[in-house]
Parts: sequence; structure tokens; C-alpha cells
Amino acid sequence: MARRGGAPEVSAGSMADIAFLLLIFFLVTTTIETDAGLDRMLPPMEPPEDEVIIKEKNIFQVLINKDGRLLADDNVLALKDLRAKAMEFLDNNGDSSCTFCKGKKNPESSDNPTKAIISLKSDRETKYGIYITVQNELVGAYNELRDRESMRLYKRTFVDLESTYLDPQTKESLGETEYDELKEKVLRIKALFPQKLSEAETSSSN
Amino acid sequence: MSKFAKKKDGELPAVSTASLPDIVFMLLFFFMTVTVMKDSSVMVKNELPVANQIKKLEKKERVITIYVGSPNNEFQKTFGTEPKIQLNDKFANPTDVGDYILMERAKKSQDLQNFLTTSLKVDKDANMGLISDIKLELRKVNALKVNYTTGSGDAFNNLD
Repeated sequence: MARRGGAPEVSAGSMADIAFLLLIFFLVTTTIETDAGLDRMLPPMEPPEDEVIIKEKNIFQVLINKDGRLLADDNVLALKDLRAKAMEFLDNNGDSSCTFCKGKKNPESSDNPTKAIISLKSDRETKYGIYITVQNELVGAYNELRDRESMRLYKRTFVDLESTYLDPQTKESLGETEYDELKEKVLRIKALFPQKLSEAETSSSN
Repeated sequence: MSKFAKKKDGELPAVSTASLPDIVFMLLFFFMTVTVMKDSSVMVKNELPVANQIKKLEKKERVITIYVGSPNNEFQKTFGTEPKIQLNDKFANPTDVGDYILMERAKKSQDLQNFLTTSLKVDKDANMGLISDIKLELRKVNALKVNYTTGSGDAFNNLD
């Protein structure tokens, strides 16, 4: 016998269908974006007021032609050797003022890491993919040297140190004092090998 | 004739599906929280190069995106196949980049305006000429912080 009175129960059987529908909608319309890339600072438009004279030997000039060939300090260089060459240049320590460098102290190459500048110039017809590969190798050279110093001083790689520092969750999980300590470490390593990578304007070769 | 007939033995009871909605809702909330809505459709071929010395681009609200690449098939009749710049749903010339950045910057809240990053999502087959035109425009409006957005992988894969 059916019971009278009291509302009949609402069937929840279609709930799952509705939820699935929503789920599929969100799956289709959204993307899990984890954007990452190479950070660069462009030079400001107005030139600095006092002209700084930079010695030729403190500049490591990398040219990329339209076929993607490299010319580094007037020598043809294979792309895979670029990182080693750039590290050799940065770590050279020509004037012996850098206490942690392990370079060859070649008087023809850079004085010390704070003076060393890498200049990158490309042709208008250079492919973007090749340009990024070259940028990646140069950033890699800096990162490897920074990693070396970071391992020596803090027993952690610089890349690891920096990514923890940049992670927005770190500040809460570490606490104020430890976060400041971390910041100190990152800035100290950065100061040892400052990233002086200049991107000159492109030129057209013909 | 008893009112409560005994259940026959040997039959398996049906599996309860009552918790199915809960499970699906859980998934739904997961996707709702971890995903971001696509704000504009990309109208250009956008195959990003790869690199391995990359840094994550944190804080979405501080990023302005510029797409570069050759137009998709449906736009090729009007715009050709040469790489073009896409700003917000429109194709643009390098000279429009400065205005676009200033406009986007004005939309952001005051305290963020000095910390904006321009993310360049450039197809790997684009030419550097166009990129350096964009960079020049960015320098003119003093938007100096750029991020060459890439996928992650061995950088030497870009070469072929």
C-alpha cells in the first residue's frame, strides 16, 4: 500500500549525468596552462648618460646568420660547443680579482665575471627557434656557473634555490626569516655571476 | 504466505551507484580549480620552440601575451602566409604593439603596473626581424621585462 502524505523522494539518479555534463564542459573549455620560458630584460631606450668604455676583451660577441650558423668572437662555432665556450669566457678571471673562479686567466679574455658581457646579435632572417636555442645555451652557461658556486656555498643548486624562491607558496611555508635568508642567498649567487646578456638589434646582411 | 518473503540466495546485490555523483563532483571541482579559461583563440600557427633553462611564469594577472606566427588556414586568403602578430583577437602591425601594451597596462590595477611581463609566444619558424621590431616597440613604451615563452625539452630539437 502506497503511503499518503509526505512529499515523494526526488530521484537522484540523474545527478551523475548532470555532473558529468558539467565535467565534460570544463574539460573541453579549459587548458592547464603552465607557461614557462626564458626571462629577459630589454635595454632601456635612452642610452646611459655617461658613456662607459668597455674593453674589447670583456665582450663575447655571438652572431647568428640567417642560416643559423654561429660566429663567436670571429670564430665559427658549432652550437653544441657554445655553452662551454661561454663558460670559459665568463670564468676566465683575467685580472685575478675573482677568488672563486677556476678559469685559465687568459689575458686576452674577460677580466672577471662582473665585467664580462655577452652580446648576441642575429640576422633579420634568422629563425626564432635557433635564436631561442642560442639564448638557452647562454642562459645555461650562466646557470651552470651559478650552480657550481651555489653547491660550494649552500650545498644546493642555484636553479633549485631560485625556483623555491620564486614559488608563491614558499613564503607561507617557510616563514619570514627563512624566506629572507633564501632571498639573500639567491641575490648573493646572482651577484657572483651577474647575467649581462645584451641583445643588440638585428641587422640585414644583404 | 508470509508478508516478508525471504530473498532468494545466490543472487548478487546490485552495486550501489549512490556515491557516483560525489565522485564526479570531486573531479569537477578539481578541474574547475586547476584550469584557466581560454581568454582568446589563437589565430596563428603557434608551435613554440623548446628550451630547458626556463623559469615558470607565475601570477597570470601580471602577464600580457603577444602571439606571433603565420595565420591559420582560414585567414590565409586575407592575410597571406607570412608570420603576423596577433594582439587580442586581431592581426596587427609591429607599430600597434606599443599602443596595445599601454592599453593593457592601463587595464591592470595600479600596484601591478610596474611589474608586468610581456610573454612572447612566437612560432619557431618566425623570423627574428619581426621579433626585433616588436622588441623595439616594447622598449619605446618601457615594457622591458619579456619572457620568451617556450615548451620544455632539449633545446637542440628546435634545429630541425
